[in-house]
Amino acid sequence: MKLTLHVWRQKDAQTQGEMVDYTLDSVSEDMSFLEMMDVLNQQIIEAGDEPIAFDHDCREGICGMCSMVINGQPHGPQQGTTTCQLHMRSFKDGDSIYIEPFRAKGFPVVRDLMVDRSAFDRIIQSGGFVSVGTGAAPDGNAIPIRKEEADEAFNAATCIGCGACVASCKNASAMLFVSAKIAQLDRLPQGKVESKERVRSMVVQMDEEGFGNCTNTGACSAECPKGISLENIARMNRLYLQSSVSPT
Amino acid sequence: MSILQSNIPGGPLSDKWTNHKNSIRLVNPANKRNIDIIVIGSGLAGASASASLAELGYNVKCFFFQDSPRRAHSIAAQGGINAAKNYQNDGDSTYRLFYDTIKGGDYRSREANVHRLAEVSANIIDQCVAQGVPFAREYGGTLANRSFGGVQVSRTFYARGQTGQQLLLGAYSALSRQVAVGKVKMYNRHELLDIVKVDGKARGVVVRNNATGEISSHGGHAVLLCNGGYGNVFYLSTNAMGSNATASWRAHKRGAFFANPSFTQIHPTCIPVSGDYQSKLTLMSESLRNDGRIWVPLHKEDAEAVREGRLRPTDIPEDRRDYYLERRYPAFGNLVPRDVASRAAKERCDAGFGVNKTGQAVFLDFSSAIERYGEEQANLKGISPSDREAVMQMGREVVSAKYGNLFQMYEQITADNPYETPMKIFPAVHYTMGGLWVDYNLMTTVPGLFALGEANFSDHGANRLGASALMQGLADGYFVIPYTIGEYLADDIRTGSISTDHDAFKAAEMEAKGHLSSLLSIQGKTTVDTFHRKLGKFIWDYCGMARSEQGLNYAISEVQALRDEFYNDVRIPGKLDELNPELEKASRVSDFLELGELMCNDALNRKESCGGHFREEYQTEEGEALRDDKDYAFVSAWEYSGDPKAPNHHKEELTFDNVELKTRSYK
Repeated sequence: MKLTLHVWRQKDAQTQGEMVDYTLDSVSEDMSFLEMMDVLNQQIIEAGDEPIAFDHDCREGICGMCSMVINGQPHGPQQGTTTCQLHMRSFKDGDSIYIEPFRAKGFPVVRDLMVDRSAFDRIIQSGGFVSVGTGAAPDGNAIPIRKEEADEAFNAATCIGCGACVASCKNASAMLFVSAKIAQLDRLPQGKVESKERVRSMVVQMDEEGFGNCTNTGACSAECPKGISLENIARMNRLYLQSSVSPT
Repeated sequence: MSILQSNIPGGPLSDKWTNHKNSIRLVNPANKRNIDIIVIGSGLAGASASASLAELGYNVKCFFFQDSPRRAHSIAAQGGINAAKNYQNDGDSTYRLFYDTIKGGDYRSREANVHRLAEVSANIIDQCVAQGVPFAREYGGTLANRSFGGVQVSRTFYARGQTGQQLLLGAYSALSRQVAVGKVKMYNRHELLDIVKVDGKARGVVVRNNATGEISSHGGHAVLLCNGGYGNVFYLSTNAMGSNATASWRAHKRGAFFANPSFTQIHPTCIPVSGDYQSKLTLMSESLRNDGRIWVPLHKEDAEAVREGRLRPTDIPEDRRDYYLERRYPAFGNLVPRDVASRAAKERCDAGFGVNKTGQAVFLDFSSAIERYGEEQANLKGISPSDREAVMQMGREVVSAKYGNLFQMYEQITADNPYETPMKIFPAVHYTMGGLWVDYNLMTTVPGLFALGEANFSDHGANRLGASALMQGLADGYFVIPYTIGEYLADDIRTGSISTDHDAFKAAEMEAKGHLSSLLSIQGKTTVDTFHRKLGKFIWDYCGMARSEQGLNYAISEVQALRDEFYNDVRIPGKLDELNPELEKASRVSDFLELGELMCNDALNRKESCGGHFREEYQTEEGEALRDDKDYAFVSAWEYSGDPKAPNHHKEELTFDNVELKTRSYK
């Protein structure tokens, strides 16, 4: 198929960016979206220009490195799918595709479609862990955990930290990301011990990074490639309130 | 005597690690605060080592090329992690895990290292549970297990099909905790360019900040390479796009010997190649072989009809199917080790029974499992088994709970629904057993330079068993290096901080800049990816699942020619001192072009078949690998001579005091 691509090009965070148009012939529907971008980049390099910069690594939908807003949707039109797992059979011959970076105050553009998501690392550093050193662990079966709780903790833990929740939110809120970690650890006895301190410090850090608040639109969960549930945000808010009223 | 000192402690096998820990030198907490350690890579080995060493009090600097440490490719490991817990009461033990690993590796790994790995395996599970890793559990609240290939017990712990993700996020959380207290400093989007040696010891690194192009030096008392494997030599592999061998190869050029480079693992169950634009291959976890049955049509005319789209696999009756693994290996069936399963798939496809357009695919079929689970559920729920639709629906739900994310991934890539029709799979490059040679303390032949996880060679011999890579990465990082590094650093308590003003740093920086500038100045016509694809094709065709003397010699000459062409004709746009993804790729490919040749040389030198290394000249009448223990029970360790065409060969003889060397049989 033949496609018209409108791609955001921006040299760096300080420079004004713009949409640039490209046309691409003979795109196969079995290609992944990023393979289509590879083919475009080869074409750009052969024409003597600089290729489009975009983040990507595992191309299996698990590392969370790929991003891009495709036709207005983070990770494109297919639900529950990262950009790297999106395939060109989702598009048809003659389509125009608009490709932009994740846009949020907390995610400054590095170049073109590449953004800086290190704010997420700093939020995890503020409390997204269990304070246990290597070697200090009891036997793995010492504390039985209800299968349902373990499964729910797992569901929250499947967050890949891509930032699509932030990119989809009108407030650029990171609450789905933050609450997924808080809920995962709160559901497990190992993590529960520090839940109150954790929720307070992670929320403070989240605010410092410039992410907005949640107004219950639910775009984050709808666009999340891993289907992380809004219930996590409710749990985080509940914990935050509890922790504010009774800090210890 | 060999110049390779493995430093394996004396005493009986099962006491070696304990005795070693008891006698190893320690660095006291006050002195640890004055010692700096550089870690390259933030995957399971790098993150667990960085966190554990920082907890002990060392100052750690961790460098990685991704934008966040949580994105290292360990994240993509699917199936599970082995541990000799014997929670299933099925006869598992430390010895059995040790034995299975030695046998699985086709008797080409070191007994002492493998036994230590089996010993610490149980601690890993405990540590991860304590960190909040949500492993799968039974209804009673205890940890669940499943089986993996090459093994007759159930010792694999898992978190659905995302075990690597959960373990890495556990290690990442431990690492983040140390970043918060200032004991670890993180350098994202940074790539190693060189190891700096001062007075023969590794004392630092030269790195490039890929986001800005800035090149800088960092000093440390020890350098840990946790940069993973080199499977991307093949271009198409299950590795991430950025996975590379540059840290290992630059270390090799500075004196670290490279061991068994030809020992690469071709994983049997991956999604087949679909076109020339293909950028990577996707693994379908080995855990699927617990429930999936592998087959091809029994008759060539059926295979042909399937290839041409005239016949659907579901229309082929049972008696016209060849479940070739169950036929050839009745004792292990679909759960034979990876090398055996891969070769068997290749054999059927070469014989004309392949089932996709290219003839390079076999079926992985879940219909019997869906039926079996559905009937179990029907019995439990008191539903009549004659209600076939209800039975199949319940069966699909059970299979979905176990492998849902994998089935979804398969459907996204291929547009086929594996609940309705069998998956099509084919072997693909997945893991490299070879790597930097290390002694028992995980130190390379360069003093102060250590290699952990997939980057070293030591534990998996000629073939790695499933669910053992996660085990090894975490064992090295959490439970081995925190002890063994003391033996080396105990001499460094009075050294003081390592200054990068030393001439060695300046020289290394100049050299690194020079290499990148020379690549940029070529300004040829051909893109980096074009060279990488060509290299990968040579290595896959001649140093992949089957190797021969003639093919390897041909590949070596072609790789040499390709390298010359690369340095004459590569086109890299952009500049040195800015973000430049093409330059990053070119730098990595320049190393792959040399490593690829060494892999072929190693394969040529090893005139036997073992594990993933299958030389066509050395096979039994039934087509099984023919090992030569008399002449080849050794580790090949290659020394860089200054010329990639003429490496020096060294041997570490392997001695087996605790297991009997037998022909590996899974029949």
